[in-house]
Amino acid sequence: MNANTWTIAAARDALRKGEISAVDLTMSCLTAIDAGDALNAFVHKTPEMALAQARAADLRIAAGNAPDMCGIPLGIKDVFCTKGVPSQAASHILKGFVPEYESTVTSKLFGAGAVMLGKLNMDEFAMGSSTESSCYGPAVNPWKVDEVLRTPGGSSGGSAAAVAADLCLGATGTDTGGSIRQPAAFTGTTGIKPTYGRVSRWGIVAYASSLDQAGPMTKSVRDAAIFLQAMAGHDPKDSTSANMAVPDFEAALTGDIRGKKIGIPREYRIEGIPAEIDALWAQGREMLREAGAEIVDISLPHAKYALPAYYVIAPAEASSNLARYDGVRYGHRAALAAGDGITEMYEKTRAEGFGPETQRRIMVGTYVLSAGFYDAYYNRARKVRALIKRDFEQAFAAGVEAILAPATPTSAFGLGEMDQATPVEVYLNDVFTVTANLAGLPGVAVPMGLDSKGLPMGLQLLGRPWDEAGLLNHAYVLERAAGFVAKPDKWW
Amino acid sequence: MSIDIDTARKVAKLARIRVEEAALPKLAEQLSGILGFMEQLNEVDVTGIEPMVSVTPMRLARRADVVTDGNQQRAILANAPDAREGFFAVPKVVE
Repeated sequence: MNANTWTIAAARDALRKGEISAVDLTMSCLTAIDAGDALNAFVHKTPEMALAQARAADLRIAAGNAPDMCGIPLGIKDVFCTKGVPSQAASHILKGFVPEYESTVTSKLFGAGAVMLGKLNMDEFAMGSSTESSCYGPAVNPWKVDEVLRTPGGSSGGSAAAVAADLCLGATGTDTGGSIRQPAAFTGTTGIKPTYGRVSRWGIVAYASSLDQAGPMTKSVRDAAIFLQAMAGHDPKDSTSANMAVPDFEAALTGDIRGKKIGIPREYRIEGIPAEIDALWAQGREMLREAGAEIVDISLPHAKYALPAYYVIAPAEASSNLARYDGVRYGHRAALAAGDGITEMYEKTRAEGFGPETQRRIMVGTYVLSAGFYDAYYNRARKVRALIKRDFEQAFAAGVEAILAPATPTSAFGLGEMDQATPVEVYLNDVFTVTANLAGLPGVAVPMGLDSKGLPMGLQLLGRPWDEAGLLNHAYVLERAAGFVAKPDKWW
Repeated sequence: MSIDIDTARKVAKLARIRVEEAALPKLAEQLSGILGFMEQLNEVDVTGIEPMVSVTPMRLARRADVVTDGNQQRAILANAPDAREGFFAVPKVVE
């Protein structure tokens, strides 16, 4: 009955009515996963664990009062540490690493009865926009409209591909500069990056700690609300996690946004953006207006500096976070030559273990933090970051509830297409998404339609800090108005 | 700011990443490109602006100064490439 194609909400209801068991639901996903190897989305499969969790979920559902996520089969991004299951953040340097502990997010999901199908492909250490920097090779977008294999985006590209291809009902992602929202837009799926501090980062392999935030990737806005509910909440093990109550996100989906002010940032009208994305943006404005929202132009004067500020701050934090990969405590250690000392061990291990983009970002970070350049680059970027945040605060103070913008400057591009591009050209993928990370705001990507090639396009809504509930309601209105139901033709 | 080959070599050394001599020119070129992109930040007037420390204004939580964890030698060493007699093993660092 193709239960793998269901939404989380539909599966939740069917499980409770006894129309399907968690074991059968899980089996349908495991079958789809095995038939989906061409997508290279799942990189470590955990079928035995999944079935054991599904059996336990069935008992819990039968006993009554099981949480919403009980028995729901999920994919988990490889960046989450999962006890007893390889967790490599798609890097050679963590080859063989099998965590002795469980990340807070997966621990909460398992506590709610969710089922883990396996680990999902991503860019190495979540650094990238195409999953092409993965040590497992790239994930492939299930949307194929010609002979070209396209990227599902990145860094949570495996998550996006798996959800779009119905290999699972939902997947975890992480978003440091757009890594949930860009792949969601490239695959016709929904993804929300919560407010910084809403979801614990404990047990997630760190890239840039002041920007990283985990969130769900799903087939609908309602699913995102249900899934986020199970991930969110205070965690004493993450000192930046907020000690705040988590509202009922699903209950917030009223569809009523009458009288709400939606801001349209004029600085997002950048040159070279395809006419189709621009037209989609105008359509989104119209849909929200028809739902009773008030559309207002706003200015975020420092938005154009978000990308360069991000590419100072993120590598700076990465160079510090990734110093731990030294060949001593976990993962790869290079074979040493006679007479090699500890410095050679570090240098050879890190040269062999890190891919080219990770090496570049570590070195950029090392440079901007080095004596003599710290003020010129790192401190200046942190000041610009404060200004970027202030722009948003001023818009919100003027009554804006949410901001509508494109999610990506293009639809999905071909694998290998960016091979000859400079690093900076690749970074331009993140131009619409990094602002939310720098300002710590929640952002959601919603699929809106197909472009002339037949590839999905999405729009992005940014919300006030801690207002994921309101943000998801706006996204829900957009989702219903757009009525996006297209699925990729199965070729894999 | 343009990165020359000597600077690239120095940065690689500081980052503890071995980069072969032949790869240094390309690395220097890429780092220069990235740093050139960052130069845009110099257009911004940041007079009187404090560098952001925490994106969400919050006071870090304190807890009682007591032991909450420990006695996990096996778990801590379980993933070590080389562990002996309860220690991480590394090449000789003291003559």
